[in-house]
Amino acid sequence: MKNENLIEVNHLTKVFASRGVMSKGQIKAVDDVSFSMPREKPTILTLAGESGSGKTTTARLILGFIKPTSGKILYQGRNIWKMTKDEWVRYRKEVQAVFQDPYGAFNPLHKVDRVLTIPIRKFKLANSEEEAADLISEALGVVGLKTDEVLGKYPHQLSGGQRQRIMLARAFLLKPKLIVADEPVSMIDASLRASILNVMLDLKSKFSISFLYITHDLSTARYVSDNIIVMYLGSIMEMGPVDKVLVKPLHPYVKLLIDSVPVPDPERRWKNRIELPRIEITSQSLQTRGCKFYPRCSQRMEKCSKERPDLANVEEDRWVACHLYQ
Amino acid sequence: MPDTLLDVRNLIAYYMTPTAPVRAVDNVSFNVTEKEILGIAGESGCGKSTLAYSVLRLLKPPGYIRGGEVLFKGSDLLKIEEEELRRIRWKHISYIPQSSMNALNPVMRIEEQIGDAVRNHEKISKGELRKRIEDLLVSVGLSPSVAHMYPHELSGGMRQRVVIAMAMALNPELIIADEPTTALDVVVQRGILQLLRDIRSKLKASVIMITHDMAAQAQIVDRLAIMYAGKIVEIGDANDLFNDPLHPYSRALISAIPSISEKKKLKGVPGFPPDLRSPPPGCRFYPRCPHRIPGKCNVDEPRLIEVKNGRLVACHLYR
Repeated sequence: MKNENLIEVNHLTKVFASRGVMSKGQIKAVDDVSFSMPREKPTILTLAGESGSGKTTTARLILGFIKPTSGKILYQGRNIWKMTKDEWVRYRKEVQAVFQDPYGAFNPLHKVDRVLTIPIRKFKLANSEEEAADLISEALGVVGLKTDEVLGKYPHQLSGGQRQRIMLARAFLLKPKLIVADEPVSMIDASLRASILNVMLDLKSKFSISFLYITHDLSTARYVSDNIIVMYLGSIMEMGPVDKVLVKPLHPYVKLLIDSVPVPDPERRWKNRIELPRIEITSQSLQTRGCKFYPRCSQRMEKCSKERPDLANVEEDRWVACHLYQ
Repeated sequence: MPDTLLDVRNLIAYYMTPTAPVRAVDNVSFNVTEKEILGIAGESGCGKSTLAYSVLRLLKPPGYIRGGEVLFKGSDLLKIEEEELRRIRWKHISYIPQSSMNALNPVMRIEEQIGDAVRNHEKISKGELRKRIEDLLVSVGLSPSVAHMYPHELSGGMRQRVVIAMAMALNPELIIADEPTTALDVVVQRGILQLLRDIRSKLKASVIMITHDMAAQAQIVDRLAIMYAGKIVEIGDANDLFNDPLHPYSRALISAIPSISEKKKLKGVPGFPPDLRSPPPGCRFYPRCPHRIPGKCNVDEPRLIEVKNGRLVACHLYR
């Protein structure tokens, strides 16, 4: 088993029952999603999409928080839902998570030290108090914090950027192979955001930690990641190297998305106008057979309403789910 | 010279706390001319929302206005009677509050909510009102049938457009929008920014757009003010300011924006904003500034002065 991937997701599907008053039904939050991350070299893979794209559900499935309806997740070749207890403990150590709200992850009544000492105790990382203190100061150093700046303080005494760096330090303590980071910088101010992204890049290059970076922000995706997957309503629309997908997108949805990202330059303002939907596209009105983007697509064809396009390999490293390229 | 619509002078707004007041807006002056879009940018806690509340006199305790003037077409909003102020709000100055897509009443249909806002200020027949509501919804790109819906039947972006329609309902001369695109998907965000620009051409109104999102600012504003720790540190024409930011904080903020079209190394700003209960003496950016002049910047507070045509900067590097 040499060529197994770090993470491999096969035909992953998650269906939630919707509890609407007016409509009862099922929502396919993740719909037949497959992708992988290599084991031999660390990579940062972005899972991008708008709200409702299924990116966070995919992350939660990979973290084992929820069980897939069908399909499987393999970690180094082992199905995470069929692991032995020991394998599962190892998985929980080697795959860490960092979330959007760096305040919500802390207990406001406890000093921040606790989020660092608990994993050390739980995973028995140190044999003595001194060893534990060394581990903590190493981890804080890696994320660019000084021990006396943060230790002994309560969460509200730190900035969002510092709190998020502590969460990265906590993940680092466990020497993970993969960190699943769900919108880790979206609540952080711009001047502090760059340093968090730089910590992610450092952890990858210096400590060989891979990241699954979940975001709606394509600009930060371009900055940190190697590869990107763009999802829409539970399905992958396009997948490939970030420098290709975000520079020369193929899928009409990805084109629309990239075209809508504001350029921080008043001399490069949008020239054309866009139309927003005049009325809600509900899950009921959605095509069940054809392409999910059909109702909004500017290049749609007859075929697109009838047949769902497969995610096809169109050039080296690039996959697109669109009839224009098949 | 276009006419000045709003002239804010030396505005001071603090929040009372048990220890010391939080100096959230501390001696801020700026103006808005007719048919102008002014952006106010800055990070969380810099006082930009407090500034909006203060201008509208909506600041609630423990917040209080400690001084200054807010001149709207010459009359000081901070001095007039509550009754007169109520007539001005909505009719002349309307407000799109932060996360306003959650501000709609969940048990009222859209038409009732917009209708209420209109009827509070104008005598209008039922038929005219219905027509007005339909026109408003169409002007924000929604179907007239949205009028009969409840907020939960609409997505966040559509609710945001309803709130914008409400803000436009009485043809105000000034609309203050606080983080109007935050938490919306990019395509919707772009549509909302487009709408804010339309307001100027449709209503001949001015807009103050408050957001931390510099890219959104770059797309629509004519002039931009950058706030840091309760002060405006720089203000000027958006093109000039983005091309050549003068204040070290403006420079840092602009160079920290990642771009989708090019990969350049980003630098964060070391440190973090000061506690506004005890801001540092002199320039408030002093502890984080790469160009600070010890003995000067941490002693003398730099005043906001004009350094070139229409560009004001509060920094000792430009005296």
